[in-house]
Amino acid sequence: MKLKTFKLGGVHPPENKMTADIPVVPIDIPKRVSVIMSQHLGVPAVPVVDRGDKVKVGTLIGEAKGFISANIHSPVSGTVFKVDGVTDATGYRKNAVIINVEGDEWEEKIDKSDTLLKEIKLSSEEIIQRIKDSGIVGMGGAAFPTHVKYMFPEGKTADTLVINGVECEPYLTSDHRVMLERPDEILVGVSIMMKAGKVDRAKIGIESNKPDAIKILSEKAEDYPGVEVVPLKVQYPQGAEKQLIKALLNREIPSGKLPLDVGCIVNNIGTALAIYEAVQKNKPLIERVVTLTGKGLKKGGNFLVRIGIPAKNLLEKLGEEIPENTGKMISGGPMMGKAINHLDIPVTKGTSGIVLMSEEESKRNKIQNCIRCSKCVSVCPMGLEPYLLEKLAEKDMFEECEKEDIVDCIECGSCSFTCPSSRQLLDHIRYGKQNVMRIMRERRQQ
Amino acid sequence: MNPVILYSVGVLALIAAGSAIILFLVAKKFKVDEDPRIGEVSEILPGANCGGCGFPGCSGFATALVKGADKGDISGLACPPGGNETMTAVGEFLGMTVEESAPTTAVVRCNGTKAKAPSKLTYEGPTKCAIAHTLFSGENSCPHGCLGLDDCVEACDFEAIYMDEETGLPVVIPDKCTSCGACVRACPRDIIEIRPRGRKDRRVWVACMNEEKGPIPMKNCKVTCIGCAKCFDVCPPVANAITMGNNLAFIDGDKCIACGKCIVVCPTTAILATFEPPKPKPKPVTEEKEASEVKK
Repeated sequence: MKLKTFKLGGVHPPENKMTADIPVVPIDIPKRVSVIMSQHLGVPAVPVVDRGDKVKVGTLIGEAKGFISANIHSPVSGTVFKVDGVTDATGYRKNAVIINVEGDEWEEKIDKSDTLLKEIKLSSEEIIQRIKDSGIVGMGGAAFPTHVKYMFPEGKTADTLVINGVECEPYLTSDHRVMLERPDEILVGVSIMMKAGKVDRAKIGIESNKPDAIKILSEKAEDYPGVEVVPLKVQYPQGAEKQLIKALLNREIPSGKLPLDVGCIVNNIGTALAIYEAVQKNKPLIERVVTLTGKGLKKGGNFLVRIGIPAKNLLEKLGEEIPENTGKMISGGPMMGKAINHLDIPVTKGTSGIVLMSEEESKRNKIQNCIRCSKCVSVCPMGLEPYLLEKLAEKDMFEECEKEDIVDCIECGSCSFTCPSSRQLLDHIRYGKQNVMRIMRERRQQ
Repeated sequence: MNPVILYSVGVLALIAAGSAIILFLVAKKFKVDEDPRIGEVSEILPGANCGGCGFPGCSGFATALVKGADKGDISGLACPPGGNETMTAVGEFLGMTVEESAPTTAVVRCNGTKAKAPSKLTYEGPTKCAIAHTLFSGENSCPHGCLGLDDCVEACDFEAIYMDEETGLPVVIPDKCTSCGACVRACPRDIIEIRPRGRKDRRVWVACMNEEKGPIPMKNCKVTCIGCAKCFDVCPPVANAITMGNNLAFIDGDKCIACGKCIVVCPTTAILATFEPPKPKPKPVTEEKEASEVKK
């Protein structure tokens, strides 16, 4: 059988999924954690605790401010040490609540048991409210507040829920492990999301390089009406929502529109698990699965990490140190992640992995002239012309960039990955996109 | 003579004459009445089209000047590259009085040289500050410091800034700088500031933009302003030029009398000057102390 995939563009980077067979292990809670207040897209949360306040696991410490924002809950129990700036993955300081850990006491309302609760008692509106209260964001990496996706504007309805189990980024295996270890919870989570979005079918897209996950989820999905598991051909960036919808449903989202305009809601596998825990167990989003991997490490791992624990604790748990020939450390996947300069950064809701790349792997080649081979054009999944956008953005010609639809760029990096002249395509396109978006915002305000 | 040549010359001459008449009539009909003074003011201006005045090019500024003169007010309009000389000439021509403004120059408010703020990582991305600023905090990890990727050098039309290879910081040549402000707009971190050149070219400034509390920036840079306010304390009341805010001292160039006291007390040598600071004098024994010693 021919596997489904998206048609336009795409690349196939080396998969390097070395940690796929390693079960998830919880990380011990350190003496102090720093919970950053801007872990999601949109407006940062506002701290509602102050120095000396006692918090339990699940206590609200940051309140959502504005429409696109998310609540933040304490991942540990203890005393608030202070509210101060902490360096995040970008190297800039962000407001954070720093908590001194004392014991592990949970809020009473949270159900800590492992029993699977299948029956959904809440109504659609109550589910969305619970998702909002629990501070759930997209766990794929972009960390978009999930409840916003379910608040449909007037006159719009969805007919399909698309669940992203693609994990197309090389190296990362956190979603894969979640699918293998928590399939029942994920499927109940999917049913909850179907109820919340008032849709009667859900499609879970999984790439064919995870046959064990496809098998286990397909078998279990038979008990859940309307849920279908679809194996997909391995191709990057299949995890991007527009490409995933194209692959699963053969629907195309027009430029500047959202998945809802073609009747879809897209969520990640990790989000399904988080929603199950929030709705059935009343547990806010306080932990996530993070992959730590790299060719220099003897053995990588998948870890269940409370939000706010420094990334270096993962390495300590492995009993290893940063390998000597490490050239680059990346928070997220190697294609779309951000390079970081130390491992003291705290894990956030969007941290899907930490990748340690060796010097040979990470070194950029010498930039050469564009030879007009048009490889970037053929791999661009959005049908853009990266070579042209690069030139325009480099010369600060933002009006022309806008005409060439630079804002449609999903920043997947396929063009930079494929360029035989090692040109810095994505860097310049991102710069142009930011400026065009700023100009468009200013125009709208006028 | 060959008649073909004669015909050709004759026909061409006719076409030329006809075109000349058409052009003459068109020019008359569509003549734009421009104030002749605008052209003449433009002649006086330096013609650098740097945009430092805030108008698009010198002719735009000339138009604004003439319009202002008609209304009887050209205050607030100044040509930074031309300076007082040009503005006085313009004022004379338009019959207006021009306020003298103190000459200014650009200064770089970062002293995180390669030696004092060593690199912790290697950056291989595009060599453009505007891009690097959005990607990371800098090779030396200071989120407020100079990225050293030449955006200001490229923005300067007068070759007044160059990059010092040894320190990795831009250097302004005050004699070439026209304080047009192109570098100020180019810097994504607001490090460059236009300041008064000061009397006898003596000026003092805080060469740091860090806004964090002391210990944090000290990890990245040895010459950071830690906001200790020692300079604020010694600044003579007659000047009162130093203000503190966001853990950072700021010296107001208009008020500063360039006494150099702040340079001496700064524990991190974050204050730079164009002159040799006075040597700290041995502490004079005050009368009170003497009195207490007598009591003993």
